[in-house]
Amino acid sequence: MITFKINDEEVQARPGWTVLETAREYGIEIPTLCFHPAVSSSGACRLCMVELREGSWSKLVASCIYPVAEGLQVYTDTERVRNVRRWVLEMLLAACPASPEIVQLAAKYNVIRSRFASKDPDQTCFVCGLCARVCEEVVGLSAIATVDRGIHKRVGAPFARPTDICVACGSCITICPTGAMQKIFDSVRGEPATALTQLA
Amino acid sequence: MHSQSTALKVGSWRLQSAQDLNKLREQILSERDPARPEIVICHGTGCLANGSDKVAKAFKTAIDAAGIDAKVVPGIKTTGCHGFCSRGPLVIIRPKGLFYQRVSPKDVEEIVKRTLVEGQAVERLLYKDPKTDDLIFTEDQIPFYKLQQRVVLHNIGKIDPTDISDTIAAGGYQALAKALSTMRPEQVVKEIEKSGLRGRGGAGFPTGKKWRSALNAIKKKGRPVYVVVNGDEGDPGAFMDRTIMEGDPHAVLEGLILAAYALGAQQGYLYVRAEYPLAIRHLEIAMAQARAFGLLGENILNSGFSFDARINRGAGAFVCGESTALFTSIEGKPGNPRPKYVRSVEEGLWGRPTVLNNVETFANVPLIIERGSGWYAGLGVSHSTGTKVFSLVGKVNNVGLVEVPMGVPMAAIVEEIGGGVPNGKPFKAVQTGGPSGGCIPYRLKGTPVDFDSLTAAGSMMGSGAMIVMDDTDCVVDVGRYFLRFLEEESCGKCLPCRLGLTRMREILDNFSKGQGTEQDIEDLTSLAQAVQDGALCALGSSAPNPVLTTLRYFKEEYMAHIRDHKCPAGVCKDLITYSIDPELCTGCMSCARQCPAQCITGKKKAAHIIDAEKCLRCGICMDTCKFNAVVIS
Ligand SMILES: Cc1cc2nc3c(=O)[nH]c(=O)nc-3n(C[C@H](O)[C@H](O)[C@H](O)COP(=O)(O)O)c2cc1C
Ligand code: SF4
Ligand code: SF4
Ligand code: FES
Ligand code: FES
Repeated sequence: MITFKINDEEVQARPGWTVLETAREYGIEIPTLCFHPAVSSSGACRLCMVELREGSWSKLVASCIYPVAEGLQVYTDTERVRNVRRWVLEMLLAACPASPEIVQLAAKYNVIRSRFASKDPDQTCFVCGLCARVCEEVVGLSAIATVDRGIHKRVGAPFARPTDICVACGSCITICPTGAMQKIFDSVRGEPATALTQLA
Repeated sequence: MHSQSTALKVGSWRLQSAQDLNKLREQILSERDPARPEIVICHGTGCLANGSDKVAKAFKTAIDAAGIDAKVVPGIKTTGCHGFCSRGPLVIIRPKGLFYQRVSPKDVEEIVKRTLVEGQAVERLLYKDPKTDDLIFTEDQIPFYKLQQRVVLHNIGKIDPTDISDTIAAGGYQALAKALSTMRPEQVVKEIEKSGLRGRGGAGFPTGKKWRSALNAIKKKGRPVYVVVNGDEGDPGAFMDRTIMEGDPHAVLEGLILAAYALGAQQGYLYVRAEYPLAIRHLEIAMAQARAFGLLGENILNSGFSFDARINRGAGAFVCGESTALFTSIEGKPGNPRPKYVRSVEEGLWGRPTVLNNVETFANVPLIIERGSGWYAGLGVSHSTGTKVFSLVGKVNNVGLVEVPMGVPMAAIVEEIGGGVPNGKPFKAVQTGGPSGGCIPYRLKGTPVDFDSLTAAGSMMGSGAMIVMDDTDCVVDVGRYFLRFLEEESCGKCLPCRLGLTRMREILDNFSKGQGTEQDIEDLTSLAQAVQDGALCALGSSAPNPVLTTLRYFKEEYMAHIRDHKCPAGVCKDLITYSIDPELCTGCMSCARQCPAQCITGKKKAAHIIDAEKCLRCGICMDTCKFNAVVIS
């Protein structure tokens, strides 16, 4: 067992666990959006940031991917942590105003309004890539992917060419944290190979 | 390109030992006549773009035509960049070292006749000291070069990078021979540690420490281990690494082989931007020649040590220079940074222990091994040893590549080597470290240029781009420029970077229109902090630096935009008006003819007027006017 501290309380974790897993085990709240235990973590949303301290040194890390280590001192609700959270949520609120899940999550952390104007009132996808990862890692296909880079990054068919390999299992719809995939499913998956394998 | 030696046929020489290498070197040198005239023509990317290949061709024709006595027919050598690109194409006539600048093919006949046949200088092609108007005859007397210390660049401009015999003659591969014949791998690591060498790719991580950690990782995980050259160089305005790869490819290769020997690696990779075709070609040629001479590949110098390397063309995105993105790209996947808290020395390429170093870092390695860590540690300052190559660009007289010992004051580089700002005014700031760095203001011009001093000033060394700004550069505009660059170049995975950079840029866009409040400045600062703290990789976490440093040093300029609705530098279009000074206007009408909005009126030989309502603020009138009558307010 590995022993360390979260918010000054001693906790124990199994080797290989992340800080987030340990916090969840102890009921310590850390917001997450792009994390799902069924697929690999991408560290994309940065809502799960926590502060590590050692003397006067400190830095922020994403708890969903940070491996536990003996003697860590983790803080989940410092000013720097709250600052990242607040800005990510304000930006998310403007980016995905149509997602009730995001509105709720933001409200939970007292972000009710965003200082930023929304560019697309119907947008719900924030390109966390969970859908693409579940398709690749769990279903074993890559019918959808994140394409392009920088501000142009979006969910689409791999190499932006629709394929016919989607089996319409609906795993991406289920895993999507914002309800976005439900809406864009038909436009990104191409022609399904067969409808018979539909599970959802 | 032209080889000096005719006796050297690639393939006929497989060197078996350090002695073989020395014998070969002596043979090459003995075949050379030091008194023989040699025409050195810069074939760096800058001079080639200005037609230096045509100059070389013209020389060949002219020499044939001149019918110079066969015994003294001058050799023609084409080299990598001499660093003084703003004066190119450069031609140097050795052995005297006469330095001709801005040479065009039509000057060639005169050079051949006056200089080669009659032994006189062609004065109009010489460099003129801008301060004293004195003519300067040789390279080493030009202030631009005089104040530099060329250590890493010592071969560039002297050797033909496509001919290994030139490299060997200049002492290339001596360090490798020394290490293989007299040093254990561990001793190589020790030397690098003792030299104090820090990585030239940006962060300044101690190279010896990195290699040592890799050795420790190998103890745990075993081999294979990989060594990788980072030649992705994507900072706007940076061309140090390109110059080294083009001008002295064997230096990079030798450094890589030494690293491989130190760590016991059998395979290496050179990750080079696809936009650098000449660098790639020269590296390919260098590798083929090194293989043929037994300096790369199986059983190098018959030492029992085998190592080979291959080139990977970078996908072109700036983020691919980030270590983990670079590895995923070599592995054939999209170049995205890995969301993992593991060090590359433990889990890098293909999940194996990996040492990634920058091009310039590797080019330092043979020098350290050959001349000793003590010599190296004596260069520069104690915490930043050695020299650093900078590309000096922007509002500076001598645009080019310079190499100085670490720790020299910023002012020495910009004002003495760079010759200051073109209009003679003081510079306003120097942006170091590209989009990840910051602006150092004029009042801090004494800042020593080394890793720690630049970081303390809020900027960073970065790869070595230095952009000089004057009073016509606006800090708000500079911030927008770098953010726009990074918005496109980020991988787009994590939210603070993908969303945050755009939102920061939008706040600056507002400032540039004279909109915004002090609250916006506060928001910008705290959002910048969130991006720094929250981003997944160093692209995002360093992206706010240009904005944060300018807020720190040029707050008043930001305030002028939002409070007074003015852009003091006269850059932000929405905040400036063009007008014509009636005193200076001669009524030549050329601006009125060029104006795309046709909003300039006036009679011939009478002062003209710009209709500010219709003006597009394109600035064409200002560029057109020969009498400087168009003014910005
Ligand atoms: C966005 C980004 C781009 C980078 N680009 C380069 C590059 O073009 N060349 C380089 O040598 N290092 C680059 N780096 C730094 C590398 O990640 C790495 O630190 C470096 O290659 C290590 O070599 P060094 O220790 O010799 O400096 C970049 C880092 C980031 C975050
Ligand atoms: S569709 Fe849903 S799961 Fe897929 S990237 Fe968008 S938000 Fe994430
Ligand atoms: S900081 Fe930018 S480049 Fe780096 S992982 Fe995040 S989105 Fe990608
Ligand atoms: S949950 Fe950790 S980065 Fe999104
Ligand atoms: S390319 Fe010739 S001096 Fe730089």
